Amino acid sequence: MKIINIVEIVTSLLLLILAILAVSSKKMINSIIYLSFLSMLAVVSFVIMRSPDVAITEAVIGSGLVTAVFLFTLLSMKKVGDKK
Amino acid sequence: MIQYVSILLMLIGIYGLLINKNIIKIIVALNIFEVGLNIFIISVGFVSGGVAPILTSVNNSSALIFVDPLPQALVLTSIVIGLGTTALALGIARKMYTTYNSLDLEEIGGINND
Amino acid sequence: MKKIVAILFLGILGFFIFSGIYANDAFGSFGKVNLNDRVSNKFITKSVTNDNEIVEYNKSSNLETGSSNYVTSIVVNYRSFDTLGEVTVLFVSSLGVALLLGSFGGKLTLKYKANFILRVGAKTVFPLIALIGIYIFTHGHLTPGGGFPGGSMIASAVLLLYLSDENFRAKMSSFKLTESLMGSLYVLVGIFGLFTAGYFLSNFLNTGVVGNLFSAGIVPIVYVLVGLKVGSELTGIITDFLKEEVNE
Repeated sequence: MKIINIVEIVTSLLLLILAILAVSSKKMINSIIYLSFLSMLAVVSFVIMRSPDVAITEAVIGSGLVTAVFLFTLLSMKKVGDKK
Repeated sequence: MIQYVSILLMLIGIYGLLINKNIIKIIVALNIFEVGLNIFIISVGFVSGGVAPILTSVNNSSALIFVDPLPQALVLTSIVIGLGTTALALGIARKMYTTYNSLDLEEIGGINND
Repeated sequence: MKKIVAILFLGILGFFIFSGIYANDAFGSFGKVNLNDRVSNKFITKSVTNDNEIVEYNKSSNLETGSSNYVTSIVVNYRSFDTLGEVTVLFVSSLGVALLLGSFGGKLTLKYKANFILRVGAKTVFPLIALIGIYIFTHGHLTPGGGFPGGSMIASAVLLLYLSDENFRAKMSSFKLTESLMGSLYVLVGIFGLFTAGYFLSNFLNTGVVGNLFSAGIVPIVYVLVGLKVGSELTGIITDFLKEEVNE
């Protein structure tokens, strides 16, 4: 059994676990952080399937910019809630 | 292995769409669905033993076995569009929050019809 | 109760998906794909009309597309019209975000104060990240990458500046100007190809030897345009998200 097969199996299991956690966690911030981890693991799976272009794009956008946009939304909502 | 996992990821995304009432978590579930779909499309073009579709000084001939580059080109644009749609959905969610002071879909729309 | 119904529904849906995909012979199993059946074989040999001419790195010249990265050659050569539509979708979504959130005047205050190391480090790292982004979209035909990741790297560098400095404000008018100028230039390149070579967005420059820097015709030009356009659009989206209502 090669190393890349072990990496594939571990990545697959972690993807499933993180997806279930992201869907079913109670707090919104936890769910966003799990989504960021999931994108990072998707990068690993793209590298396993030999697609470096997609891996670079997903690494920058999926785990960087999408998380930032979600977090800014959450920060602004907390702010409006404080004023009430 | 990873192809089955991608289909399961899509199913988990639909599950999140069905059970959640919070708008932010619905958008998170949509993102999970999108990641699963991207992995599935990439996995359709995977060839076992193939190399990455780039000619270099090592892989220097087109007679080698490459993985299929067409799904990768489609997914490359799909990821960027995903960011655009996510940003638009979150903008609408922010506007809804300033109007209704709530993120729960039942509180927003289901006051009159229960 | 709701969860049980959802799981039941997903079970039925998953059964249909799995049986629909894996029960017939038309869909090859994972990793067992024969590329000779697929249209990608034509893209790999870089010739849509002739069969099975072998392309060699640093030797073959004057092909249909000269880029050694096949994904790039598909994105901006064979399916370039598709990319134009995709850039349009991104433009429309950034326009929608600007319409929804652009009327807000104030700036979102972050919950922490940036310390000395973050401020100085972000200013040091910003030119490096921007330079790597520019490298990635100018060399998109030789190495992995291209206009979309390069542009989003530039946007993430601007995001770093926003996080480190509270008073920083990107000059959005110049970004908007860059975005509209690059979008128009992309269409102009296409129309120029229509008049010189016969069809929209055709490759009207010579393609040199595969693997050289100046080898891919209009591919680097288009990718520089796409990279700058995507970078300024995503910067606009982030700037709009950092705005906040000021009126009570």
